[in-house]
Amino acid sequence: MNYTLIIGLEVHVQLTTQSKMFARCGTEFGLPPNTQTDPVSLGLPGTLPVMNRRAFELALKTATALHAEIAPFTKWDRKNYYYPDLPKNYQISQYDLPFSRGGHLDIPVRKDGTGGGICRLTRVHLEEDTGKLTHGAGGYSEIDLNRAGIPLMEIVTEPDIRSAADARGCLEELRLVLRYLEVSDCEMQEGSLRCDANVNLHIETPHGAIATPIVEVKNLNSFRSVERALEYEAERQFRQWQEDGLTIKDAHKETRGWSDPEGVTKPQRRKETAADYRYFPEPDLVPVVVDDAWRARVKASIGELPAARRARFEADFGLTPYDANVLVEQGRDVADYFDAVVTKTSEYKLASNWIQQDILRIAKELKLTLTGFPVGPDELAELIGRVQRGELNTNQGREVLAKMVERGQSAEAIIEADGYKMVSDRGAIAAAVDAALAANPKAIEDLKKGKKPDAVKGFLRGQVMKQTGGKADPKVVLDLLDAKLAELASDG
Amino acid sequence: MDMTRLTAVGLIQEYERKTLSCLDVARGYLDRAEKYGRLNVFVHLDGEAILSRARALDAKRASGAAMGRLAGVPVAIKDVLCVEGEPTTCGSKMLSNFRPPYSATVIERLLAEDAILVGKTNMDEFAMGSSTENSAYGPTRNPWDEERIPGGSSGGSAAAVAADLAPLSLGSDTGGSIRQPAAVCGIVGLKPTYGRVSRYGLIAFASSLDQIGPFAHDVADAALLLGVISGPDPRDATCVDAPVPDYLATLDEAPRALRIGIVREFFGAGLDPEVEAAVRAAIQVYEDAGATVREVSLPHSKYGVPAYYIVAPAECSSNLARYDGTIFGRRSADFSPRYPGEDKLPPIVRMMMASRAEGFGAEVKRRIMLGTFALSAGYADQYYNQALKARRLIRNDFDAAFHEVDVLVGPTSPTPAFKLGERAADPLAMYLSDVYTITANLAGIPGISIPCGLTKAGLPIGLQLLAPAFAEESLLRAARVFERAGDWHLKRPPLA
Repeated sequence: MNYTLIIGLEVHVQLTTQSKMFARCGTEFGLPPNTQTDPVSLGLPGTLPVMNRRAFELALKTATALHAEIAPFTKWDRKNYYYPDLPKNYQISQYDLPFSRGGHLDIPVRKDGTGGGICRLTRVHLEEDTGKLTHGAGGYSEIDLNRAGIPLMEIVTEPDIRSAADARGCLEELRLVLRYLEVSDCEMQEGSLRCDANVNLHIETPHGAIATPIVEVKNLNSFRSVERALEYEAERQFRQWQEDGLTIKDAHKETRGWSDPEGVTKPQRRKETAADYRYFPEPDLVPVVVDDAWRARVKASIGELPAARRARFEADFGLTPYDANVLVEQGRDVADYFDAVVTKTSEYKLASNWIQQDILRIAKELKLTLTGFPVGPDELAELIGRVQRGELNTNQGREVLAKMVERGQSAEAIIEADGYKMVSDRGAIAAAVDAALAANPKAIEDLKKGKKPDAVKGFLRGQVMKQTGGKADPKVVLDLLDAKLAELASDG
Repeated sequence: MDMTRLTAVGLIQEYERKTLSCLDVARGYLDRAEKYGRLNVFVHLDGEAILSRARALDAKRASGAAMGRLAGVPVAIKDVLCVEGEPTTCGSKMLSNFRPPYSATVIERLLAEDAILVGKTNMDEFAMGSSTENSAYGPTRNPWDEERIPGGSSGGSAAAVAADLAPLSLGSDTGGSIRQPAAVCGIVGLKPTYGRVSRYGLIAFASSLDQIGPFAHDVADAALLLGVISGPDPRDATCVDAPVPDYLATLDEAPRALRIGIVREFFGAGLDPEVEAAVRAAIQVYEDAGATVREVSLPHSKYGVPAYYIVAPAECSSNLARYDGTIFGRRSADFSPRYPGEDKLPPIVRMMMASRAEGFGAEVKRRIMLGTFALSAGYADQYYNQALKARRLIRNDFDAAFHEVDVLVGPTSPTPAFKLGERAADPLAMYLSDVYTITANLAGIPGISIPCGLTKAGLPIGLQLLAPAFAEESLLRAARVFERAGDWHLKRPPLA
C-alpha cells in the first residue's frame, strides 16, 4: 500500500540581540546559571516588560525575507501555564494577531537532483524563551533562567513537506537564510535553533485515502536527527496503522520524543484534551503599529538572499548549480569571498575550485571563517592569475597558498624566497625524463607487457616531477614523456 | 506647634524658615505612630532608618545644597510598592519574606526629592478588598471610629494620613482603592489617569486598571505629591510620555466657567441618605461658586461592577500565578498527598498547590478562581470578551459626557465606613462599595475624592470628581474650588 508522508515544522529561533525580549539583561550563551538575569527577566513581583525594538525589527526582517505578510497592527498576549522554567507562570507570546502571516521558503534541489521546491509558512510570531531545567542529583531539579526571556521567533510551516530529507533540506535552507540575515546564530547544539515536527501519513487503501493520527516529534537536536526521526516515524506510523487501524479521527495528537542513541521515538505526555492556555492580551505592553515607512526601511535592510545568489552565480559566472550551491550554502562569508575574488579575475570556474578545494579546507583545518581569512580575495585572485599564466603549476600554487596562510606573506615574496619558478626549459626537463626512465627500467618492461599505459605514464610523470623538485611545467613534462615513450615503442 | 498637624506644604515652609529640623519631625511622627499602634496602620516601620534618613537630610540642608521638592516630608507607602531591601508583603502571607532587590519608580522619585519614607502601610491582600480586612496582618482601624473599617484596599495609607501618622502617603487604585478609603477616612485621595504614573515596582493586581496615587489632607498636598510621582518611565511601556504640569502652581487659578456634570446613575438605590445629602450640598457649593451644573447619563455604568469583576480577576489570575513556592512565594513545608488521587501528582505540582493553598487568603483565591474561569476556553467569549466590550461602552459614555462638562461630581462611596466584619461574609455587598469608583478605572480616567461632610455619627463623607484622561490639572482645580469654600479638609478624627 502506498502512503504519503505529511510533515509540517515548528521552528524556534533565538534572535541575536544584546538584551532580552522584554528585559535589559544580557543574552550570552554558556555563562554560569542565573547570571544573565535582572528583576524583569526573573519576573520579580512589580516588574514590567518593555519590548526590545531591535528584536522586533530582526523578526520583521526575517518575515519580510520569507515573503510573509507583515501585520500593520500586532499585539502581545499572555500564554498561561504553570511550569518551573517559566518564572511568571505565563509566557509573553502572540496569539491571534501575530506580526506576520503566510510567506514561503524556496528550497534548493539536492546534490542528487531530488528535493527542492517551495515550503509555505503559516505564520511567524515572537515570544520570550523559557528558562532551562536540569534534573540533578537527589531528586532535585535546578532552574537556570539565563535563557528566560531571550527573544524567540516561532516559524510555523504548512504541512507541505513530503519526505524526511526534504524536512532536513527545508530546515537547512531556513538556517542559511537566517544566517544570511544575521538574525540568529542558529546553533542547534546551543539551542538557538530548535525544531519540532508534526507528522502523519496519508495512506491509499482500497476503501479510499485515510490519514493517521498526527504526532508531534520533539527533542530533535541536530539536522541528522530531524531526518532520522522522521524516517523512523513514517515507518512506525505505518506499522502502527497496520496493527490498530486508528486514523486521525480516532485519536488525539500525540507527542513523542526522539531518542538519538536508540534511534526511536517514544511517547511523551498524551494530550487527552487540548491544553487551555487562557490567552489574553498582555496588559503590560502596548500594541505595535508597523507603518509603511518602517516596512520599507526593513525591506531595504535585507541584502541578497541565498536563492538569488545561487541564481546569480549560475547566470553571471557560469557555475553549475552544484558549485553555486556549495559556495552559497557554506554561509555568507564564503559567497562574499567568491564575489570579491571574481572582481579581480575572470577565471570564475578556477576561482570556484580554489575556494571549494583549498580555501575552505584550510579554513576548516584552522577553524577560521573567510571573513578576515589570512589570504584575502585579491591575493587569491592574483595567485590564480599566476597559475593560469603558467608561472606556477597547480601543486606549486597550493604550496604557495599554504605558505601565504602560514607566514602571512604575499605570493610574490614566497615565490622569490623559496624559488617557486616553474621549469619550462625543455632541455632540463628532457634530461629529467631520461633520468627517470633510466632509473625505472621496470616501468618500461611493464609497458611492453601491455600494462595500462596511462597508469605507467602517470607513475613516470610523478618521477619526472620529483626529479625537478616539483617545479617542471606539467604540460612540457607530458609532451616530452609522450615523445620519449613513442620513441621507445618504435624501437621496441 | 504640633508639627504632625501640618500639611506637607506647611511643613516645607517651616523647614525653609528653619523652625523645624527633619529629625524633630521624624521623631514626632515616630512617637505618634507608636502611640496609635493600635490602629494597625503600618506593617513595617523601621524607626532607626527613618531617623538616620532625617539626620542625613538635615546635614544636606545645613551644607547649603539645593533641596528636593519633598525635602523632609514623611510619606507612608502602601505595602504593594517595592522598596529595595525592605519587606514588601502586599498584605499577604505569601510574600511574608519578600524583600525586593529594587525600588519602584515612584519610590526612586520620592527619594530623589528628599522625602522620608515612614513605613509600609497595611492593605487588603494583593489590593483585593474594600476594607483592609483581607490583610494577613490584621485589619486597620478607622481613626474616626475604631470599630469601623478604614476602607480599602489602601486602608493603611488612608488611615496614616487621617490619623496624622504622615502628612502624605501613596496608595494604589484598581477599582477605587484610593478614593474609597480617602472618602471614609475624611481625606483627599487621587487616582491619576492610567499611564500618568509609572507602575514599575507596583506589585500587580490588575495591570490594565492599577494606578498609583497620593493621599493627603488637602488638594494642594495631593497636587504636590502627584507632580513628583508623575511622568514617563522607560521601564513601564503603558506609562505615557506626556508633559507633567506644575499642578501646585496652577491650583488656585479659578477654572473659567466650570461645567459640572451630575451622573444620574450615581444617585440610585443603595446610596446612603446622609451621603446623598452631603453630596447635594456640595453641588450647591459649586453652583454658588458660579459653576453650571447639569445632569448627565452614563447609561452603561450598570455594567461597571460586573465588567470589573471579570477583567480584574482575569488579570489577577495571571499576575498572581508566579506565587507558587517555586521561585516566588512562601513554599509549603509539607506537600505530601492529602486528598485521594494526589499521590499521582508530581511532587512539584503538589508543592505548588499546597503553597498556594496556604499562602493566599480567601478573597484572593476567590478572584483567582473567577478569573481563571473567565479566561477558560469556551467561556472567554461569554465572559472576558464581553467584559472588554462593556469596558469600551463605559469609556464611550465618559467621552460623550466630557463633551458637555468639565468634571463629573458625585458620591465616592455609597455609604460611610461600615463596621469591621459587617460585610466580611458577603463579598457582593463588599464589591458594591466601589460601585461609583470602578468605572473610572475601566475608562482609565482620573478621579479624586475630597472630604465633603460628616454623618451625624461623625463619619466622613467623600465627594468624587472625575475628569477626562490627563486632565488632572483641571480636576485638582475643580476640587480646590469646593475645598476653598469650606473647612471639611481641616477636620481631624477625635483620636484619644
